[in-house]
Amino acid sequence: MDNLTYYIQQLLTGVTVGGQYALIAIGYTMVYGILRLINFAHGDIFMAAGFFMVYASATLPLYISLPLTLLLTVILGVAVERIAYKPLRQAPRMSIMISAIGVSYLLQNFATYYTGGLPRPYPKLPFIGDIIQIGSVTTSWVTIITPLLTLALVAGLVALIKYTKMGMAMRAVSRDFETAQLMGIKINNVISMTFVIGSFLAAVASVLFFSKYTTVTPTIGAMPGLKAFVAAVFGGIGSVPGAVVGAFVIGICENIIKAMGYTTFSDAFTFVLLILVLIFKPTGLFGEKTTEKV
Amino acid sequence: MKKFLALVMVLAMVLAIGAGCGGGDNGGGSNGGDKVVKIGVFEPASGENGAGGKQEVLGIRYANSLTPTVEIAGETYTVELVEVDNQSVTDKAVTAAQSLTSAGVSVVLGSYGSGVSIAAGDTFKTAQIPAIGVSCTNPQVTQGNDFYFRVCFLDPFQGTVMANFAKDEMQADNAFVITQLGDDYSTGLGAYFKQAFTDLGGTVEEAQFQTGDVDFNAILTNVLNSDADVIFAPSSIQTAPLLIQQARQMGITMPILAGDTWENESIIKNAGEYATDVYLSTFFDENDTANPAAAEFVTGFKAWLNADQQNLTNNGGSDGVAAVSALGFDAYNVAIAALQAAASPAGTDVQAALPGVTADGVTGSVSFDENGDANKDMAYIKTIDVENGVFQFLKTQTIAQ
Repeated sequence: MDNLTYYIQQLLTGVTVGGQYALIAIGYTMVYGILRLINFAHGDIFMAAGFFMVYASATLPLYISLPLTLLLTVILGVAVERIAYKPLRQAPRMSIMISAIGVSYLLQNFATYYTGGLPRPYPKLPFIGDIIQIGSVTTSWVTIITPLLTLALVAGLVALIKYTKMGMAMRAVSRDFETAQLMGIKINNVISMTFVIGSFLAAVASVLFFSKYTTVTPTIGAMPGLKAFVAAVFGGIGSVPGAVVGAFVIGICENIIKAMGYTTFSDAFTFVLLILVLIFKPTGLFGEKTTEKV
Repeated sequence: MKKFLALVMVLAMVLAIGAGCGGGDNGGGSNGGDKVVKIGVFEPASGENGAGGKQEVLGIRYANSLTPTVEIAGETYTVELVEVDNQSVTDKAVTAAQSLTSAGVSVVLGSYGSGVSIAAGDTFKTAQIPAIGVSCTNPQVTQGNDFYFRVCFLDPFQGTVMANFAKDEMQADNAFVITQLGDDYSTGLGAYFKQAFTDLGGTVEEAQFQTGDVDFNAILTNVLNSDADVIFAPSSIQTAPLLIQQARQMGITMPILAGDTWENESIIKNAGEYATDVYLSTFFDENDTANPAAAEFVTGFKAWLNADQQNLTNNGGSDGVAAVSALGFDAYNVAIAALQAAASPAGTDVQAALPGVTADGVTGSVSFDENGDANKDMAYIKTIDVENGVFQFLKTQTIAQ
């Protein structure tokens, strides 16, 4: 294997991992932008999407099970918001965050209970798991598709936020929650929409992720969730392009560190980055520069 | 009104506590005056080695169904299994071990996985309750701990067996060792393999990954970029299929070798068509007819598994007999023999009796050396038959001491 192939192979892996983090990170950053809530249950919604697919595809053909998985994940995301966050909307922010942690544990433990704690094989999807040879690089289609699909979905999302009425409402709510409400924006619809988008992207991420790493376990969402959260903070929490850039930076850097043989420090790198960002530039790369209103 | 409410709540709590204690008393009494001896089962039922822990527990439960009582000093005791889930992680292991010691068990069986056994070792030692390791192969489990015994072989032996296998059978000169950071089993076995393989004149390159990692492409690209002829990757059941799959997808065709943890059918199921050229060493083979006790165990165990759908599910969906189930079976019988020899259910008495216990187990005869380790010197090498989705016995291997 010559040097160029080696670097391309390593970079490709990093970009794919980054793409997966990006899709999850958007869910964090959007919910934070609207509700000022760090939705700790987001990683577990990603995990739940994996199990939905496992169970749905056991009995149903792919063209039903795949849309069903996306739909169920969206329903789960919105249901979590309605049940665990909405009643706490007037409560201090800390309460709602604790509620999010509670939901996270609930989902994990329920999954452990329901599956018996054993890893489940993810169904093999046609095409995207197939192996391709580009020049001297061998890889699977999902490695190529992940970053491309991520960028396409993000472009669509940015357009939605910029050019649609719902997008305008979202921007207004994230700027000033109460005033937006006074101006007649239906807050609950906007919030639900945020969770619909976030959960949908998490479901897409789970399909891509598990097509590559084909076992689903109840705690699998924890680590990607945490990394995606760091990516969101790094990019400036609340900013969609920021989350995507942050995710790619973390994915690629982690992979370079692993390739150099310093696996011991790959996770440490991610979390040291979080600390440094919080100390020196708490608003992140693309964060809003406005100071908190008193 | 408020005071009244407070009073009611206090009363309710007191009653609840009272009811709890009362329930406990009834529980003890409902056995009709029979004496009960408790055996703790310290195994993972979830986490990265959950699938293996479940198979080990199945062996123990089957043994319990055959020998539900034990004669201690002329009195018949009913054996009660107290099962806890150590979740395959070291910090949960200590809590799980404490719940066993406070449940008043006489002896503990387990665990699958060396890391959790090492972590819990001190808890058992302090509580003076002996533990019989079932398939924890790291030497540190029993070292410096008079209360830990085990019925399986050790990693220095296993590492040497696999190094010999790589060198002789695979004609490998360069090996790439991939281990899991912070996992005593994985790093330990990797180090013993490296030592044995370099002693045989081979060269070794190494890489490590973090617990919970699912992407091994960075490491595997390095493997592809090296001169390795063989990969040695002792790791958890959860990691194995991911590693195998990613290696084969990247175009790595060299044999992948591992240790006893990989003998779990969920690996075959999860890795699917990619699980070619995988070799592992383990403790037992169900088709080995040399030992009549083993043949009897295999027939009985299969029938027992098939009688209950839940057992089959816990075994990974088929009635294949895993080596760890056989070891679990042996460990239970050793514990029973120790209780009989001790003539007392007290932990210290059982511990004093254990070194003298010998038993003809289904995995070979069991006797303990001065560290409390079983004297075992034979490993079974198996490979994966991808077409039929089963483990295929290849050969037994012993090494000259």
